Amino acid sequence: MSTTTKGTSANDQAHWRKTTKLMWTHLAIWFFFGYVIHFFAPALNKIVILGFPLGFYMAAQGSLIAFVVQLFLFAKQQDKIDREFGVAED
Amino acid sequence: MATQTSNDGSFLQNLGKIYGLYTGGFLAFVVLLAILEQMGVPNRVLGYLFVFFTIAVYAIIGVLSRTAQVSEYYVAGRKVPALYNGMATGADWMSAASFVGMAGTLFLLGYDGLAWVLGWTGGYVLVSVLVGPYLRKFGAYTVPDFMSFRFGGNFARFLAVIVLVCCSFTYVTAQIFGTGIIASRFLGMQFEVAVFVGLAGILLCSMLGGMRAVTWTQIAQYIVLIVAYLTPIIILSTKKYGIPIPELTYGQAIADITAREQQLLKDGLATAANLKPHIQPWLNYTQLNFFAIILCMMVGTASLPHILMRYFTTPSVREARQSVAWSLFFIFLLYFSAPAYAAFSKLEVYTNIIGRSVTDIRPWMFTWGELGLIQVCGKNAATLDAIVAACKAIAGHPGVVRLQDFAINTDVIVLSTPEIAGLPYVVSGLVAAGGLAAALSTADGLLLAIANALSHDIYYKMIDPNAPTVKRLTVARILLVVVAVAAAATAATRPADILAMVGWAFSLAMAGNFPALVMGIWWKRATTAGAIAGIIGGFGIAILYLVVTRYFPGFGVAYLGMSSLTTPTGAPLVDLAKAMAAPNAMDTFVGAAHPLASKVGWFGITNIAAGLIGMPVGFALIYIVSLMGKEPSKEMQAFIDEIRKPRGRTVLQEKD
Repeated sequence: MSTTTKGTSANDQAHWRKTTKLMWTHLAIWFFFGYVIHFFAPALNKIVILGFPLGFYMAAQGSLIAFVVQLFLFAKQQDKIDREFGVAED
Repeated sequence: MATQTSNDGSFLQNLGKIYGLYTGGFLAFVVLLAILEQMGVPNRVLGYLFVFFTIAVYAIIGVLSRTAQVSEYYVAGRKVPALYNGMATGADWMSAASFVGMAGTLFLLGYDGLAWVLGWTGGYVLVSVLVGPYLRKFGAYTVPDFMSFRFGGNFARFLAVIVLVCCSFTYVTAQIFGTGIIASRFLGMQFEVAVFVGLAGILLCSMLGGMRAVTWTQIAQYIVLIVAYLTPIIILSTKKYGIPIPELTYGQAIADITAREQQLLKDGLATAANLKPHIQPWLNYTQLNFFAIILCMMVGTASLPHILMRYFTTPSVREARQSVAWSLFFIFLLYFSAPAYAAFSKLEVYTNIIGRSVTDIRPWMFTWGELGLIQVCGKNAATLDAIVAACKAIAGHPGVVRLQDFAINTDVIVLSTPEIAGLPYVVSGLVAAGGLAAALSTADGLLLAIANALSHDIYYKMIDPNAPTVKRLTVARILLVVVAVAAAATAATRPADILAMVGWAFSLAMAGNFPALVMGIWWKRATTAGAIAGIIGGFGIAILYLVVTRYFPGFGVAYLGMSSLTTPTGAPLVDLAKAMAAPNAMDTFVGAAHPLASKVGWFGITNIAAGLIGMPVGFALIYIVSLMGKEPSKEMQAFIDEIRKPRGRTVLQEKD
């Protein structure tokens, strides 16, 4: 998506560029754990750990754990970006 | 409350202590009831004590949190800490469909049911990354507030209210329905009466204090529901495998189920046609619909107004983001345990029901059979005689329960697990209290979202902008009661399957809200005309798809080029030529049993995933129509810059 840049300060633009990059990174992780890995469920099911077929395990627990970890990480990373450009709350 | 502000200060500082004490008190109450049970107090009395005690506590919190301030009523004064808001969101999120229905769905569908587990968790990534924190910075009371500000006023607001009411009302009806099932089972009330009793409980929590009351009760409800959900399976896991971590031990149960499935086939108790191996993907949904459901539930999560508005209550944008992470953590605790429930009860059913003599049916089933929720040999399993007679009537029946003889409603799995496992009744009562907490808390949040949209967006913003505070809040409360009664009346007619209704709500929210919200924040060039075209086009086509496939399928086939959905193996679900030649083919408002209802569509997409058809249309229309017009004004672009930065005042400043 192209963004109009008129009237936006250079600092804000740089902040938003970095924010956008972080957004795409996390959407890619989300897409991998939400969809890509489950395409391979039948193959992953051949690997069994503690009784869990791996394909089943990823959909039942693995991806969920990834989402939770990802969200705490995202909150931290975005806050760091906001601080870097001086736009974080005090 | 004159001293509200100073009270609030000490209240917020002591949240940990207050809710810690509350949790301790609740556990002590459960232990007390367990002792009473040992002393011979009858089950029905225990059930009443559980239900009434917990509802009374919610009502007390609701009354204590009553408020006469507008910002307290709509967004709890924006001072709910991230962790507690996460807990409240968890309760708001996990509905009767999650608590009661999820494990049952996994029981029936095996791997394919995990589409719901994935869809109802992954969406929070979209909430945090794309939408939630920006709406918090904007400073709205409702989602339509944002639409109106960003997209040129009251017409966009009105469209957003329509989307909100359509999806929330569908959803709340399913919740009240769930409340009715639980209350009728545990209090022995008539279903219709139980629906209205549950409603009274919901209103007590939300009417006086709005968002403020709902927030503090939802935290209390989360604690009850998570304790109730985890207790039975932790006991079961310890009993069976010696380790109190069911999420770890159910791997063994899954291995046992797979072995037992082979055994059932060998013994002739099941056939290759009716036995669907628990771990094998895409036996119930086609691969396309499996992923379509995941996508619709995820995007729907990031579009549902009653969830988005929870993040309006945090003190800062930073805490809004942290709060989304906490929300998902608290939701995760239940969702990653649900497959354990499904595995344990499936193993119980496969070993202790299937393969047993018909005359040896375990008596716990009769209470569910009476409600029509368990059937053996095609008849409600209400009494032993009824079952024996029903099985005798089947030619060549071996006198042993076979897989095809046993039918269980998915809503029963969680509620009956304690009884199946032979745990004391107090555990069943606990589970019922948890299910009730789940249904009540979600219904509260939804009713509040609808009533707020009607009172704030329609009445205050569009009809009478000069209305004084007292009048605004009175209107909000009256509307809350009206909407609640309407939803209960709809629920009392038992419309359908809870899961399908909830799925529709997500699809509608996704098609109507998501494109406009995301483009409004992430693309400055998005214009009013584009957004309005996108909402009308996307939402319109989704609701058309849903209504036509469900209620006018013959019309869809004859005039809209719809074809039959397919089974996972690629065979059509219905023989279209035959069904269209039948005299009832062109019937309108058809029932769920109609041969074509919900079985036709475009591209083989089930109507639960109608949002998948609406959303791309919405995005495309916003993009194309926006580029055809002039770019938004300089002021608007400056406002969007403001939304993107956490620092500074909220863009929208509401007067109190």
